[in-house]
Amino acid sequence: MKILVPISKVPDTTSKIAFTDGDSKFNEEGIQWIVNPYDEWYALVRALELVEAGGGTVTVINVGDATSDPVIRKALALGAHEAVRVDVNPADSYVIAKEISAYAADKGFDMVLLGKETISYNGSEVGGMLAEFMNLPYISLASKLEVNGDTATLDRTTEGGVEVVEVKLPLVASANKGMAEQRIPNMRGIMAARSKPLTVVAASGGAEAKTSYVKYGLPAPKSAVKLVDPENMDELVNLLHTEAKSI
Amino acid sequence: MSVLIVVDTKNGEVKKSSLEAAQYGAKVAASIGGEAVALSLNASNAEVLGTVGVNKVLNVTDSSVSASDPQKVVAAIVAAANQVGAKVVVFAHDSTGKAVAPRLSAKSGAGLVTNVTSLPDTASGFVVSKNVFSGKAHAHVNILSDEKIVSILPNAFGLAAGEGSASVEDFAVDVSGISSGITVKAVKGGNSDVVPLPEAELVVSAGRGLKGPENWGMVEEMAGILGATTACSRPVADIGWRPHHEHVGQTGVAIRPNLYIAIGISGAIQHLAGVNGSKVIVVINKDPEAPFFKAADYGVVGDAFEVVPRLNEALRKFKAANG
Repeated sequence: MKILVPISKVPDTTSKIAFTDGDSKFNEEGIQWIVNPYDEWYALVRALELVEAGGGTVTVINVGDATSDPVIRKALALGAHEAVRVDVNPADSYVIAKEISAYAADKGFDMVLLGKETISYNGSEVGGMLAEFMNLPYISLASKLEVNGDTATLDRTTEGGVEVVEVKLPLVASANKGMAEQRIPNMRGIMAARSKPLTVVAASGGAEAKTSYVKYGLPAPKSAVKLVDPENMDELVNLLHTEAKSI
Repeated sequence: MSVLIVVDTKNGEVKKSSLEAAQYGAKVAASIGGEAVALSLNASNAEVLGTVGVNKVLNVTDSSVSASDPQKVVAAIVAAANQVGAKVVVFAHDSTGKAVAPRLSAKSGAGLVTNVTSLPDTASGFVVSKNVFSGKAHAHVNILSDEKIVSILPNAFGLAAGEGSASVEDFAVDVSGISSGITVKAVKGGNSDVVPLPEAELVVSAGRGLKGPENWGMVEEMAGILGATTACSRPVADIGWRPHHEHVGQTGVAIRPNLYIAIGISGAIQHLAGVNGSKVIVVINKDPEAPFFKAADYGVVGDAFEVVPRLNEALRKFKAANG
């Protein structure tokens, strides 16, 4: 089985978020970059498990400049066989999906598996767009994925439940928590990653951004916490009712 | 020029998140001087959409057109959008919006913004606010294409139902030739009385401070008294004390309830990212230095095993007195 796993480069989950250039750009100073957790912990690990069990290859693909290379190497250290970077500014999801589909069009992947969203732009967009560009079925928010021959069974998360669906390969699916368990790369994997192929391809030229990020902002600071005597929970209930009006 | 709102249903009833989307779409329609048209998927109560400002409802009555097969829904949307001349399509950013809106964007070439938290500013372009960095920040995004798609964050816009009414007509769309080849084998859960986390207005959550899964009784009791949904922190889900779907935070579910009560959760930055959209936050923690107190509206410094039963008693008294 040939599986393609698109990965994004995102700030580490502990990052303090700040902006620069009149709030028009993300401030990258001091930021540690990681593979988007949903792409790595669930999509990539599940892809590796499937290939370990049934044979095949896992290719990771990233749309971005050379600053993505360290996180791409991390994905290779975890066990991906090869990596591709499309050397384009990932201006929006439309561009990213268009470029990945242009690359994947003639490669015969059985499955494209990616995280349900990035923790940076929280779009939940690339998977569905990719499926449409590639004319493949799309199963979003999958918390479970099993493959039997040419048929996949997935749990699609809905509000408060799951839908068990069956579909023939090839397909595109977005991975939700539960699909796999996070792995830590070992030293052998890290050494091996250095010599695995990372191919840089040029832009397809057909992708134009449909949206533009104009400005960023941070939430208004919270006013100081009001402490309530732990012996007096009637007071807390009263505050929640009369002041906060939340109960 | 009109606004088309995609309305999904659960057991035939319009989803709350869809009703919010409909209200949003009606406001957009009013601001651009157009008609608000809803495309509902097999709704039995489509007329409710009139109360939030929708003028007309096109109700699909073909159960194969559902979010389980996004390609069919996209085909229905394209047909409806052509019929009513829609320039803007509105979704709720729920499991349906996530499955369908990106496909529609790729098919039509209309720019998509998800997680939207504001009405569009049309002074120069079509600019909407959206949450980014898992709620740690927001961004203003301009949609550059002529046709626009927005998917709005659930619980971000309060519902205010009015007296309006909408005309409802069946919408016949032939999707027989379109299929993703997806078959639904089973549906698990989703029919309980508990409000799902992304839609919940009251959430009671607990973390490692509770010391073990056997101590969740008092948390569930509080949720029961309030009619709240239970949630948990990531470590607690990872060690298996609570199910994964209860995990709220940056890599779990992001929530925006009216009230979030956090018990024995220190408030790591990743947790805060998923809950800081909550309107009111109550933190109960025995450590006065817990970072969560900085993000809280009300704080109780004390042992959860003493404070929570006391709070439950006070809540029960309050409920008895106030219905």
